[in-house]
Amino acid sequence: MGFTGRAMLRGVTLAAGLAIGASSALAQDTIKVGILHSLSGTMAISETTLKDVMLMLIEEQNKKGGLLGKKLEAVVVDPASNWPLFAEKARELITQQKVSAVFGCWTSVSRKSVLPVFKELNSILFYPVQYEGEESERNVFYTGAAPNQQAIPAVDYLMSKDGGDVKRWVLEGTDYVYPRTTNKILEAYLLAKGVAPADISIGYTPFGHSDWQTRVAAIKKFGSEGKKTAVVSTINGDANVPFYKELANQGVKATDIPVVAFSVGEEELAGVDTSNLVGHLAAWNYFQSIKDAKNDEFIAKWKTFTKNPKRVTNDPMEAHVIGFDMWVKAVEKAKTIDPDKVIETLPGIEAPNLTGGTSKMLANHHITKPVFIGEIKADGQFDVVWKTDGLVPGAAWSPYLDGSKDLVADWVEKKCGNFNTKTGKCGGA
Amino acid sequence: MRPSLIQILIAIALLLAPLPALAAALDDALARLAADSYSETEKAIGEITASGDQAALAILDAMANRRLFISAGDKSVYVKDGAGAVFEARTGKPVASAPADLAMVRLNNRLRGMVEASLGSLTLLSPDAGKRLAAAETVFKSKDEKLLGTVEGALAKEQNARVKQALSEARAAIILAKADATITAKTEAIAVLADRADRDALAVVRGATATPSPELNAAAEAAVQTIERRLYFVGLAQNVWYGLSLGSVLLLAAIGLAITFGVMGVINMAHGEMVMLGAYTTFVVQEAFRTMAPGWFDWSLPIAIPLAFLVAALAGIAIERGIIRFLYGRPLETLLATWGVSLILQQAVRTTFGPTNREVGNPSYMSGAFDFFGLSITYGRLWIIVFTLVVFFALLLALKATPLGLQMRAVTQNRRMASSMGIRTGWIDAMTFALGSGIAGIAGVALSQIDNVSPNLGQSYIIDSFMVVVFGGVGNLWGTLFGAFVLGVANKFLEPVAGAVLGKILILVLLILFIQRRPRGMFALKGRAVEA
Repeated sequence: MGFTGRAMLRGVTLAAGLAIGASSALAQDTIKVGILHSLSGTMAISETTLKDVMLMLIEEQNKKGGLLGKKLEAVVVDPASNWPLFAEKARELITQQKVSAVFGCWTSVSRKSVLPVFKELNSILFYPVQYEGEESERNVFYTGAAPNQQAIPAVDYLMSKDGGDVKRWVLEGTDYVYPRTTNKILEAYLLAKGVAPADISIGYTPFGHSDWQTRVAAIKKFGSEGKKTAVVSTINGDANVPFYKELANQGVKATDIPVVAFSVGEEELAGVDTSNLVGHLAAWNYFQSIKDAKNDEFIAKWKTFTKNPKRVTNDPMEAHVIGFDMWVKAVEKAKTIDPDKVIETLPGIEAPNLTGGTSKMLANHHITKPVFIGEIKADGQFDVVWKTDGLVPGAAWSPYLDGSKDLVADWVEKKCGNFNTKTGKCGGA
Repeated sequence: MRPSLIQILIAIALLLAPLPALAAALDDALARLAADSYSETEKAIGEITASGDQAALAILDAMANRRLFISAGDKSVYVKDGAGAVFEARTGKPVASAPADLAMVRLNNRLRGMVEASLGSLTLLSPDAGKRLAAAETVFKSKDEKLLGTVEGALAKEQNARVKQALSEARAAIILAKADATITAKTEAIAVLADRADRDALAVVRGATATPSPELNAAAEAAVQTIERRLYFVGLAQNVWYGLSLGSVLLLAAIGLAITFGVMGVINMAHGEMVMLGAYTTFVVQEAFRTMAPGWFDWSLPIAIPLAFLVAALAGIAIERGIIRFLYGRPLETLLATWGVSLILQQAVRTTFGPTNREVGNPSYMSGAFDFFGLSITYGRLWIIVFTLVVFFALLLALKATPLGLQMRAVTQNRRMASSMGIRTGWIDAMTFALGSGIAGIAGVALSQIDNVSPNLGQSYIIDSFMVVVFGGVGNLWGTLFGAFVLGVANKFLEPVAGAVLGKILILVLLILFIQRRPRGMFALKGRAVEA
């Protein structure tokens, strides 16, 4: 038994070696693109879709004739929602598969885990998810929203007359880095706007929290003090479904206490009965329901590609569409896939987004995006109730936090991700 | 039906007022809707409410229920009913062929609130007691001074005790908010609100604690204290209720494990996946109902329960016969093998049903809440507690009073003796494991109502289940029952103080300390069974 097992293992190793040999022989004819999204484990629910979008975009680009006269080849790996495995898989993509760029990650933990690998091996990562900011790396391009492109405009909307003139705030989040940092920024912002500390309540629950009775009762209590109250939700993943169910069960209506969410999109609502959630809000840079020729075309292509007429599209998918387009344009402009050249070329590259505007890669490796506030409709889609006038440039460092207000990120002139304008030196606060 | 006051009033108004002028007011208001801008819609809502037109109520009601549509072409406004038939909003006449370019009149939360308040003011005299009650509640919230006369009029002729109560509270709220009401009227209003004694009343009374009149302030302060004392006790009761509800969920998840782990001694890491299989069975059953008999949707859960039991029990037999029976007496290998099985099952479900959550609906009797002496009790949680207790006692009965139960206990207490008495021990092992797994499947049906149906569903319950069984005392079903409820209530009393994350940590620490003191749990088995 042991012997045959070992023999088999040897056979597999040999076969794998051959496969790698064969693929590196092919490498001269194709440009490889790494896809680093979890296909199993907790995050599979969100990340599998992004893998499919990337496959679709690469297939499409190949139909147009590929890139620099070569075909693109997708290399898919599964980091299985396991943060250290993200770093291992990233290393495998860059050193063994020799990919020219990687599109991947969802949670901030996974991004933080791969950062050192991308720095050490000097490769490129496109990160498509809205995140907490306070970061700008030379090797990473952030195509999702920074806090000033999602959280701050959402709070501004709720403070306005149309948003309900909110005076009391519940900041409710899942207990990890993104909600904690976002809530820190929001709290500083609210205090700066003159909200009393007693009118802010912050609560955290673990990942996958399913018993929301106590928290929802606490929110109800906090909201019954006579001032208009709203909930800003950075609850992530699965926990949202029982949260909204409990809100509906306890009779918390959007007209009384609206909830604005930063991590609930079309995909998350696909598993929820939305009839009781109508009127609750979400802030994103893209909604499937936005009427635009480019968006209609993308939705139709996506439904054909997945062979499922019910499939929905969402914000991080759009971020990948923009990011991939920018990367293709940068490679074409630089006429090479050399990471240093592509990193230098990317700032300033423009690509149309799916909502009728043109996003631009900025010197701080973030992009310009429009911000939309949408209301949940009974069919699980969103109705846009408010949007910014133009595109908002993403800011890596928040001006509302003590540690970061003097910092700027500029990879074009200052060649620095955390340049301190007070001390005039690169290297943070 | 007798014509209600509002109908008579409208009739009089229609006779007195020049008809075209009224119609014109409503037409102007409806024309504003075509702009599809929130500020225009806001004006329109005000004008529709003020128009006094017969159709105003129906139009506002349709607007609130997202059934008001406007045609982009000729700017005329239509109402759709639940069945999809289209009526002209202006006249209420059915339309044979609705224009193709209908778009819903869009509202945001602020406008929705306005529509509700308007509806409240228009339905205070509705013949339907339920509508009058809802109207009184909206007036209580809006505290609109202009409605004081209408509320008092409605109060004078109200027969229904509940509505009368709500109306007098609404009147009290308006008077307390009104600047020019007399001190006596306000003191009386405070007394009415102190009787109501909920959070909304507290907010209104608290607003009256800082007036120029010291005597009124004192009355308000006293009322605030009465209400707060009452709310404190309601809060305690609420925590106990939440604890029982959490405990019932823990019990439901752990009860199958109490059989496989508690009685048989098998560490089954795939227990959570049996729960998940039950939840997915519910999903499949509901899908079948949705396509074949949508009208009978409420029956989907009673049908899903035996099916979920069957599916999970069969999976349990397969696991026991295929893997576990070769590993009896080797707990470490069992643990690893069943953990592998759990990963295989998760990935199998992920490939079959997809990685995203599947929608499992709540039948009508599982949604909503009712008020019980100030406690808000959700139906879903209530039914789960009842269901858990039914399952628990049925299981207890099965173990104590059926031949199969007797044989199970015999095999676990002394395998060789049971075998020599003619019991097929292998078959009993399989049946016991099937029973434990089947109950986990039933738990999945209940959990699908409050949690996500995703491939990871089982993982979130496996640790809690082991915790409950170990804390209660391995091998003792009553121990599992008490263990679950004690952990649930303790968790819910810690959560508001320490937060959900720290609360959970504290529970774990307390549990470890407890196990140090009493390694065999709360209700330890005594005697020879322990040594076996």
